[in-house]
Amino acid sequence: MCTYQTEQIKVAGSGKGTVGWFGLTDATVYYDHPVHAPAEHSLNIDFLNPGQGPSARVAVELTAESARALAKAIEAALASVPAERR
Amino acid sequence: MYDAIMAETISITGHGGDQIEAYYARPLGPGPFGGVVVIHHMPGYDPQAKEITRTFAVNGHNAICPNLYTREAPGASPDDAAATARARGGVPDERLVGDVGAAVAFLRAVPNSNGKAGTIGYCSGGRQSFLAAVSLPLDAAVDCYGAFVVGNPPAGWPLKAGPIVALTRNLSCPLLGLFGAEDSRPSPEQVQALEQELKARGKTYEFHSYDGAGHAFFAVNRPSYRPEAANDGWNRIWDFFGRYLAA
Repeated sequence: MCTYQTEQIKVAGSGKGTVGWFGLTDATVYYDHPVHAPAEHSLNIDFLNPGQGPSARVAVELTAESARALAKAIEAALASVPAERR
Repeated sequence: MYDAIMAETISITGHGGDQIEAYYARPLGPGPFGGVVVIHHMPGYDPQAKEITRTFAVNGHNAICPNLYTREAPGASPDDAAATARARGGVPDERLVGDVGAAVAFLRAVPNSNGKAGTIGYCSGGRQSFLAAVSLPLDAAVDCYGAFVVGNPPAGWPLKAGPIVALTRNLSCPLLGLFGAEDSRPSPEQVQALEQELKARGKTYEFHSYDGAGHAFFAVNRPSYRPEAANDGWNRIWDFFGRYLAA
């Protein structure tokens, strides 16, 4: 079956998709069958702006190992920034 | 034998009078032909679903695959449309029955129809094929590894799909079920529970579960593809539709 637990959050920022750059309002994170990645399941992240329609989407599909490494890298990058610039 | 087919995107009037996109493939011979509604998997109305639809036409059936995500994402690419539909919990059951019912009516009304029509669905479409068969007068239905015919999605999942095994008494046609023995949704126990209910209700059915195959073993573009199971499955489908959708 295809639908697993989904985390949905509000985000602020921008993403670049097939329609060019657009403002982001939402992100979903889920572990499911990928569309393209060569794996049975992958950790998928959709960066979205539903107000601009379904095509306002930046998608990534990562192996579980890659996704954990990414999460650590994000935390590490943020931790290295001086507090006054965060 | 004359083997030309025609395949194209059309619009049909679906549930609630909505115009929905559909991919329609049919043999160009005189027929008459039985009709098959192809219910796409949760990843959507994608090139593979269209290829399956053409395969039914090549094998002597009029076939139509409605884009179940037309309303959420008109004109969007299949993966974007699927992501949108997924975030909203999938396709509501009532709307699905309306859309498939419209597709069945379309197939029965085309000039080269023999008046018979069935459904086949994969993944979420497997459950929806069963749902159509307990909701509409059909001649045959195929459920390819549909989850949540038996059992509920775990708490917290966005999917709005409850168990429908209790509707087995309303099954209107013979049912072919094709499952992977290594699938967890549906699990072998859930497949067995459905089979018990079909038996108890005296329904005509045929189930095959394939060792070494899990979910989505028909999906040729995914690592889940299992050629041995898929090849046998296709043969079961041709045999089944050959019996129940022939003139």
